[in-house]
Amino acid sequence: MTEYIEDALEGLRSSPPNSTRTAVELGVGLLPGYARYEAPVGEVAVVFTPEGVRSVRLASEVDPRAVEARPPRAWAGRIPRALEEGRPGDLPLDLRTVTDFRRQVLQVAATIPRGEVRSYGWLARRIGKPQATRAVGSAMATNPVPLIVPCHRVVRSDGHIGAYSLGGPDNKWTLLRHEGAEPDQLEDLAASGVRYLASDTTGVFCVPSCHHARRITSAHLHTFRLDTEATAAGYRPCQSCHPLG
Amino acid sequence: MDDLCRRLATDLDAGFPDLVEHLSSDVYSGLRRLAGPSEAEDLTQETFIRAYRALAGYDPDRIRSLQLRGWIWTIALNLGRNHARDRARRPTPVELEDRLGVEDAEPPDSRAWDRRLSALSSPQRRAVVLRHVVGLDYDEIARATGRAVGTVKSDVHRGLERLRRLMEEEG
Repeated sequence: MTEYIEDALEGLRSSPPNSTRTAVELGVGLLPGYARYEAPVGEVAVVFTPEGVRSVRLASEVDPRAVEARPPRAWAGRIPRALEEGRPGDLPLDLRTVTDFRRQVLQVAATIPRGEVRSYGWLARRIGKPQATRAVGSAMATNPVPLIVPCHRVVRSDGHIGAYSLGGPDNKWTLLRHEGAEPDQLEDLAASGVRYLASDTTGVFCVPSCHHARRITSAHLHTFRLDTEATAAGYRPCQSCHPLG
Repeated sequence: MDDLCRRLATDLDAGFPDLVEHLSSDVYSGLRRLAGPSEAEDLTQETFIRAYRALAGYDPDRIRSLQLRGWIWTIALNLGRNHARDRARRPTPVELEDRLGVEDAEPPDSRAWDRRLSALSSPQRRAVVLRHVVGLDYDEIARATGRAVGTVKSDVHRGLERLRRLMEEEG
């Protein structure tokens, strides 16, 4: 009888569902997970590990190793807001594979307000490395988390809208229009060489997309090609858009 | 297993999927009997996730000297205990219908064994399940449960005896 019982107990051995192994590898970050969201550029895949969001891709171009899954409950709800506002806020990002320099560039890019743009040169000055404009350009081109870190708000140093990594430059225009940055006007100003707008009522000069610059009426508007011209004319740099970086 | 320990010690991320592969039936089968069908899958996942985090904090020498089969059960049992305690504090949710599919795949007398095993004291049930469903040896069980080998042997023996009487009563 005892032998029969021992055999029967041995017969109770069973395998877990196939999903267990996948769930474990997702749970420890050996396998990236992804979830789909709607964005102005179409459907995107947000790739995550237990530590945070690792990348944002067009849904059609997601890493084939990634598994569609639910992001960790603790911060899953913050993803749609970060995508919509174009800033990480309190959403954790897993940027372990990003170099310190690039991470620093991403952190500053994340502070550019919705509906405004800054140049690569501005970003370089802002991190205290004014010579690093090209390196800043590559940091933006390889931004793993577009939309959340808004590299679409970073434009060429001559003011032209420029390239974009998430599906090409058309998407950059789409995103800027979506948030009211009026890329057509910015492009026109860039074409005419205007880099700064100043107001003779406030005595302040701004980058063209700054929300203060947009309120300047044409009677009080002055345009400049160089910051040195603006300062020579007695204008102070805006404390909101920091046109000098 | 020694080879697996060596690989985990040199490259945890590369070796870990094999650890899951080797031990997932052990952990799942045991938790299926100790925690029930609706909890076993989640607890199995959680056991391995905790195992990974623990291994990530160990130095390579410690990993190389681990007895993996018994060690994974120290984690699983601890988790099962906390889980049972948390559940006791919460009202029991109604069993969801989609869990019925899980039971379909089990041997026909699976539920009968759950009933018989539930008649055992919890140290006896744990010892019997780890010895005869999972297949651990007495030393491994003793280490995983923190009890003396002699006590474990006697728990297994009494547990089997109790199961035998139950089956005789059933006829």
